[in-house]
Amino acid sequence: MTTRLARTVPWMTVAFVAALLIPVVGTRFYTSVATDVLILGLFATSLNLLLGTTGLVSFGHAAYFAIGAYVCAIAMKTYDVPFALAFPLAGVASGVAALVFGFFCVRLTKIYFAMLTLAFAQIVWAICFKWNDVTGGEQGFNNVPYPDLGWMEALPGLASMRTGELYFYLTLVLVSLCLYILRRITNSPFGRILTTIRENPERAEFVGIDVRRFELAAFVIAGLFAGLAGALFGIFNRGVFPDFGYWAKSAEVLIMVILGGMGQFFGPLVGAFTLVALNQQITSYTEYWPLVLGLLLIILLYAFPAGILGTAADLVKALRGRRNA
Amino acid sequence: MLEVSGLRKSFGGFVATSDVSLSVARGEIAAVIGPNGAGKSTLFNLITGHIRPDAGRVHLEGRDITGAPPHYICRIGMGRSFQRANIFPKLTVFENVQAALIAHHGAATNLWSTARDFYREEADRLLASLGLQAQADVTSGTLSYGNQKQLELGIALAASPKILLLDEPTAGMSSIETTEAIRLLQRIAMERELTLLFTEHDMDVVFAIAHKIAVLHQGRIIAVGQPDEVRGDPEVRRVYLGEQHA
Ligand SMILES: Nc1ncnc2c1ncn2[C@@H]1O[C@H](COP(=O)(O)OP(=O)(O)OP(=O)(O)O)[C@@H](O)[C@H]1O
Ligand SMILES: [Mg+2]
Repeated sequence: MTTRLARTVPWMTVAFVAALLIPVVGTRFYTSVATDVLILGLFATSLNLLLGTTGLVSFGHAAYFAIGAYVCAIAMKTYDVPFALAFPLAGVASGVAALVFGFFCVRLTKIYFAMLTLAFAQIVWAICFKWNDVTGGEQGFNNVPYPDLGWMEALPGLASMRTGELYFYLTLVLVSLCLYILRRITNSPFGRILTTIRENPERAEFVGIDVRRFELAAFVIAGLFAGLAGALFGIFNRGVFPDFGYWAKSAEVLIMVILGGMGQFFGPLVGAFTLVALNQQITSYTEYWPLVLGLLLIILLYAFPAGILGTAADLVKALRGRRNA
Repeated sequence: MLEVSGLRKSFGGFVATSDVSLSVARGEIAAVIGPNGAGKSTLFNLITGHIRPDAGRVHLEGRDITGAPPHYICRIGMGRSFQRANIFPKLTVFENVQAALIAHHGAATNLWSTARDFYREEADRLLASLGLQAQADVTSGTLSYGNQKQLELGIALAASPKILLLDEPTAGMSSIETTEAIRLLQRIAMERELTLLFTEHDMDVVFAIAHKIAVLHQGRIIAVGQPDEVRGDPEVRRVYLGEQHA
């Protein structure tokens, strides 16, 4: 019964409709948290194309998030480019950066690959930090304008919504679209080839796959979607700061992926939700958030290495197995 | 078909392959034998592009493939299996073969279709010919070692190679498995008109199926010829066969 239910109910549609209701039934605070979760969820999912699918550990994924955020914000504020153009431009810029950096990174393997991604990210951070005229330097790039959302008020049910709520809907649609594309890529023949690279690059090479080229393609796609997430985040945050590209940000997104489960497509989204929610809860009780995070990670790595969604999926599978037996 | 000439490779000061020349004709089943550490795997790795030779040339059907990347060598018709079963352990048996088919048919750049049913029929047929159809949905890393070797053969065959290089295809198999594997190999080579170059420690296997045998000793070929000639070669008897067939 439950298996049939699981198959017939389109869970993704249910989740989407539930998300639509957040601004209606929730407070402004919840809407803001939900926007945060969606954007970081996309960021984490983009990283998982490298980590979970291709088996590449990047310690510098925040670089592409930051590039996207700066490009979109600067285009919109400094050059008056409309969001409809600035948003894809951010993705392209991050994708191009990923192409250039990735070209060098995929020539190295394992820990050397990870170190080089980190090195490039630190360079991006340093540029954002020092290039005062363009990025605002240490002070950040502030007062990023919201896109023109007036047209959305004409849509049914949105007439009386505030800008923040309209922006949530825009984010929801764009993130859903990006996740849909990433999911198709993950399940495509190309995605299958990426998993063979994760499993055994030597063998993948000898089924006729140019492993470096495919790793680079994955790196560019991941960078592009990280850039799109960054673009959304800069506006949501009303400002872009060098910290967006700092290694701590790269570590945070890595934690989200592992927390949610890198073996599941929606694991990183669950990880983003968990981390944001926990952060909100815990920082209101104690200032020792990093300590709590550290403990949480230790428990996770020892007890639930498959992550939250991975463990849940295993549990469901085990329960079904018992029922069928 | 395959022409190897003057191949040399040293690791640091150690010469693993020294002036090796060898040719394999179309449709031939050739074996490379030699004691442990003779340089058989190194020779295979030199031919398939996994390591670059210090000197010498490798030609496949007249095309110079010396130092070419493995994925290119694979694409132009060379298949191989490794000494230790080399598969995609967390993928199912079906997915292993399917991935190889995706690569072979040039579908690897398709980012939009759903991969699940790609080349299902062809993969099923291939698995059936290897006797692995019942395990199609099993995680391949949990297969017995013998079955993993069969699967690796399937991965290699998926690319419809013209020549197949097998590094100890029966290593780690029981004697029953070995017999079956060899019979299978012979059948497939016949059906597909494959050229075969393999290494093997089991002399019964070698003398049962090889048309031609090359004996490698300390990185050099010390004898090459038909099984009878090689069996009778005094040098070979001294360094190698003598140990077992005295
Ligand atoms: N990458 C390497 N670096 C250094 N030495 C190597 C390397 N690869 C192989 N060798 C050495 O080269 C020699 C030949 O090794 P190889 O694996 O080719 O032998 P083999 O004939 O395949 O042996 P076996 O029957 O045990 O598989 C060995 O002494 C080995 O230690
Ligand atoms: Mg060997």
